[in-house]
Amino acid sequence: MHFMEARSKLLELAAFLDRVERATGAPDYRIKGLQSALPLLLKDGTERVATILHHWSDPTINPADKAETKAASGVWSGIK
Amino acid sequence: MVSRTTDDYESMALAGCAAICEPAFWAGFDRKSADGFYDYFCQLTRHEPKRAAKYGIPHYSWLCINPKEAEDIGLAREVMALIPEFLQAPNVLGIGEIGLNKNTRNELQILEAHIDLAVQHKQLILVHTPHLEDKRKGTRLILDILKAHGKVNPERVIIDHVEEHTFREVVEQGFWAGITLYPESKASPQRAVDMLESISAQRVWLNSACDWGHSDPLAVPKAALEMRRRGHSVEVVDRLIYQNPLQFLSQCAKFKDPGVIA
Repeated sequence: MHFMEARSKLLELAAFLDRVERATGAPDYRIKGLQSALPLLLKDGTERVATILHHWSDPTINPADKAETKAASGVWSGIK
Repeated sequence: MVSRTTDDYESMALAGCAAICEPAFWAGFDRKSADGFYDYFCQLTRHEPKRAAKYGIPHYSWLCINPKEAEDIGLAREVMALIPEFLQAPNVLGIGEIGLNKNTRNELQILEAHIDLAVQHKQLILVHTPHLEDKRKGTRLILDILKAHGKVNPERVIIDHVEEHTFREVVEQGFWAGITLYPESKASPQRAVDMLESISAQRVWLNSACDWGHSDPLAVPKAALEMRRRGHSVEVVDRLIYQNPLQFLSQCAKFKDPGVIA
């Protein structure tokens, strides 16, 4: 079931957050978005991936007037 | 494959790749004129099939202006005017990958124009859904447009790059779903197999991305290996990675079953 792989990835995530903590510079909304998804890992059920992807998604429904950038960032910038 | 080396063709041939279907793609930079696209379409329809043939792999392509370059409506329409000439090429399967990138009004306008073009020329459609946080909204906008068109047969459309939060919506509305395997930015082979075990779907296939970014041409065989490790039968694996693509692509008369020796 890929236990060692999951263990390794969890440690990589922990190391990443430690690295962010040590870093200087302006706050990055993506980190906040990442952290806000962590409690979703502990919910019961079998749809954690979908739940996290929904959490990070742009919830608006109307088309944008213009593209400000070509790239997606990974986390919707409006997450509280 | 235009940004891949011959080593990748060799690896894919050794792994049993039976055919390549290459969509028109963003080059990683914006092309400045329709002439640039003309050359690109020549590359996809004339040059790349020859490269693939050296490794015994049939090469097919899809044509369009990718949504990442659709924000410039004028350029997009100039490029689209080139496409009918290339639709006659023996390796062209249809229109793709069209779709959305940042879910803008201009992108939607060009998406609708591509759908009209495909319907007018009786072409299959390959749809790119947006990346990351834009995917859910974009997928819903795309599904709405396709359903509202009135002349689009969902059986002739594959909605690509589905993930856990969009897969169900796509298949429940009668479209084919493509799960694109990427090392980081989309589904991994493991997650793809999880999705297939969790959601019942007949019209689904897997595809390896072979672009200029971080991608793995052997991702589909790796997903097949993952399925075998989990105890799925050879028949189930074959249905997913061979028979399903064959069923969809055979709707284009130009596509030949690679398993049938001419």
